[in-house]
Amino acid sequence: MQLAEVAQGHGAQGVKSVRVSIGPLSGVEPQLLRDAYPIASAGSVAADATLLIEAAPIRVQCETCGAETEASPNRLLCGSCGDYHTRLLSGDELLLVSVELVM
Amino acid sequence: MCDTCGCNITPGNRKYAFKPVGGTTPVSVLKNLLAQNDNQAVHNRRHFDSQGILTINLMSSPGSGKTALLEATIDALKGEFRIGVIEGDLETENDAVRIRARGVPAYQITTGTACHLDAHMVHDALHHFPLAALDILFIENVGNLVCPASFDLGQHRNVILLSVTEGDDKPAKYPVMFRAADVVLITKSDLLAVLDDFDPARAESYLRHLASTAPVMRLSARNGAGLDAWLHWLRHELTLARARVSHGESVSPGVPLGGRSHEAAT
Repeated sequence: MQLAEVAQGHGAQGVKSVRVSIGPLSGVEPQLLRDAYPIASAGSVAADATLLIEAAPIRVQCETCGAETEASPNRLLCGSCGDYHTRLLSGDELLLVSVELVM
Repeated sequence: MCDTCGCNITPGNRKYAFKPVGGTTPVSVLKNLLAQNDNQAVHNRRHFDSQGILTINLMSSPGSGKTALLEATIDALKGEFRIGVIEGDLETENDAVRIRARGVPAYQITTGTACHLDAHMVHDALHHFPLAALDILFIENVGNLVCPASFDLGQHRNVILLSVTEGDDKPAKYPVMFRAADVVLITKSDLLAVLDDFDPARAESYLRHLASTAPVMRLSARNGAGLDAWLHWLRHELTLARARVSHGESVSPGVPLGGRSHEAAT
């Protein structure tokens, strides 16, 4: 649906590739998305498009010491001081980043 | 016919004239993949705000006591607030029947095989409700600790139940869900005496590992222990909701569902 809008908006004839960004905390499994993509795109403007999935890393910023560190899905603590008062900088993305249009 | 003034361009070849044949153009989008659902959720939230309703999304495993909590909550607050409930289950009207028996309106969404509610289902259900006659709307999501965490419904707060008959490491196993909690309720606390392998402190520690600052409350819908803290939280949230409405403001759950925090500002 979003792809059709973008393609139409640019007067494109088709879509060559679709780039999405998926974080481990988005609730979406990249492999399942890959499996579902051919079914979802069949008959659409993106039927022949390649799906490119960027894995977004989990990064947190500590609200106590300010450090920016990598984290894992069930351990979002500050990698520097260990505090749990952290803010997620990346890792929950579920984004349509860009599309390559055939003009 | 020449290339200077463009008189060689005909309706038949026009599409090739300004663009290289077979050429591609990258276009940056940066939109959430669940934009369709999120737009509907924003619309739902506006509905709630325009009526001054506090909307709570209840999520948990099946059988952790969501309906029992609602029954106890309705019994305690029925004289104080006007409550409505949207029930989500794959099949049956059973939960809605239980809620209606407590004397409040309930609408049952049966999802068939779908494992979660989405913003469109909730919007359709709203048409069956006297919204102007409500103070608090509870949405009891489908019992599932996975998919409901990805779909914003337009609620103001997420309440997640963890019953003591489950493992106390559930927050570590289902981080996407538990990270979304504005409050975690440890339910069936009357059973703690016989289920000594469930350690509430350990459950809370796993929750903190998700960088969650959500309050954790222990309660039993069966014997009423701990209900007061929950009811106090609800009253407080409703007061805040009404203050927001009078200032034309709104609020979403502390952690946005479906990774909306990285969406490009458009």
